[in-house]
Amino acid sequence: MRRVRSRIMVGLCLVALVCAVVPLLLILGTLLAKGASSISFDFFTKAPATLGEPGGGVLHGLLGTLVMVGLACLACLPIGVGAGIYCSEYPASRLATATRFIADVMNGTPSIVVGVFAYAWLVARTGQFSALAGSAALGMLMIPMVMRTTEEMIKLVPNALREAALALGYPRWRTSLTVVVRSCLPGIVTGALLAVARIAGETAPLLFTALGNQFVTTDVTQPMAALPLVVYKYATGPYEEWHRLGWATALVLILVVLVLSVAARLATRSRFGTRG
Amino acid sequence: MSDPMSRAPLPAREAVAAPSAAAVEVRNFSFHYGATQALFDLTFTLGRRQVTAVIGPSGCGKSTFLRSINRMNDLIAGARHTGEILVEGSSVYGPGVDVVSLRRRVGMVFQKPNPFPKSIFENVAWGPRINGLVTRRDMPDLVERCLRQAALWDEVKDRLDQSALGLSGGQQQRLCIARALGNSPELLLMDEPCSALDPIATQKVEELIFELKRDYSIVVVTHNMQQAARISDVTGFFDRGVLVELDVTERIFTNPAHERTEAYITGRFG
Repeated sequence: MRRVRSRIMVGLCLVALVCAVVPLLLILGTLLAKGASSISFDFFTKAPATLGEPGGGVLHGLLGTLVMVGLACLACLPIGVGAGIYCSEYPASRLATATRFIADVMNGTPSIVVGVFAYAWLVARTGQFSALAGSAALGMLMIPMVMRTTEEMIKLVPNALREAALALGYPRWRTSLTVVVRSCLPGIVTGALLAVARIAGETAPLLFTALGNQFVTTDVTQPMAALPLVVYKYATGPYEEWHRLGWATALVLILVVLVLSVAARLATRSRFGTRG
Repeated sequence: MSDPMSRAPLPAREAVAAPSAAAVEVRNFSFHYGATQALFDLTFTLGRRQVTAVIGPSGCGKSTFLRSINRMNDLIAGARHTGEILVEGSSVYGPGVDVVSLRRRVGMVFQKPNPFPKSIFENVAWGPRINGLVTRRDMPDLVERCLRQAALWDEVKDRLDQSALGLSGGQQQRLCIARALGNSPELLLMDEPCSALDPIATQKVEELIFELKRDYSIVVVTHNMQQAARISDVTGFFDRGVLVELDVTERIFTNPAHERTEAYITGRFG
């Protein structure tokens, strides 16, 4: 009887596993089936062609996503990680409790709300849609995610390790940075990557901040394209050719995220890591 | 090594630790965790270059006392103390005492081996490097000396660059001892250093402690009375936050002055 029950439970877990994986495979499969044929070297290196002409690519979206996500990371990863360290090192302080609460609320905020906020504060005031406003919106989404994962990862570091460093005469800040954070760095990087992957795919906050652009540009004070915006534009457009490009762009978006995660994993693979 | 039990005749009671040779001096020290008082008005001295064992039932305050010496209790919210502790004559809690430099002078070994997830070499080198004690060129010599002192050198000399986490539990604990020695501490605190080890590893660490007392003053917390009897020169018996008795180890175990001590060592409670 016990064995039967055990079998049933394992079976249920397997079913759940299949349910989780199937949609994922379907998405990837569809993207490959509909998008792969349109992808060529030119697709990555050329600006979009005029409607009706063959060829053209999504360089504008690719560059735009890299620039805006890159700027958001540059500005907001340190903030998120720093706040996370603070909250885990001084967990009982009022500031930490308040910050944690705000971060949780912000994590649950729909991204379009953040987009509207960035519009009101940055776009409406300057009278200019810009990549900077887009970056700001993405960064605002990123901070609470990074902060909370950093905090959770640091909490997993055994207290014994902290005590070992303190007892050797490490100052508190140095213990936090060189021992505690170092030993859970793979976890923090994974958390940051999840955040990057998520904001790289965000469309809503960019709709009225970065706006989108037909042309290849790196001027951050001007409207800029991004892969999700390109997908949105192509997918909602009336032309068959656009739909085809939309599928291909979506595939590129997934590839960008994939490349980013693999690269960061390789870069942070620790020789002596205990986990990761 | 020599047999710990074949010692010179016992010194007189007063000579357990002459104040002039005090490694640790405790004066009217009390300690509270919030509303709970853990240590009550302790006053005693511990001598240099000897092993002091601290025994007592669970929750009697022996670990609290040990962690008060290098102020590891500072991290606990609501902890406070009265009184004073001196290590090698200098104050531990006095105004202007830098807790970081205090911990550099007082090494600590914990109950569970806790090496850093780094190479064996780095584990020993990190303390002295961060404290600026040696130049990069002299570091290999220092690491070798510490590992030799911790009786670990022969087992690890060919794999210093490998992860410390690949060592056995007993080796890890000896590495932690070597790491503590890296700072050339004036005093070595050990909090039940063998309780997570098997009997053979325990024996090695005990022999090591016996060797180390030639150069270091050592305080060992243990709940293993046989261990206290084997390795220590002086034993203190704590009960409910009070130091009941502090005396030459042999006398504590053969002819204790207090009934409570006798009851504990004969296994009637604790």
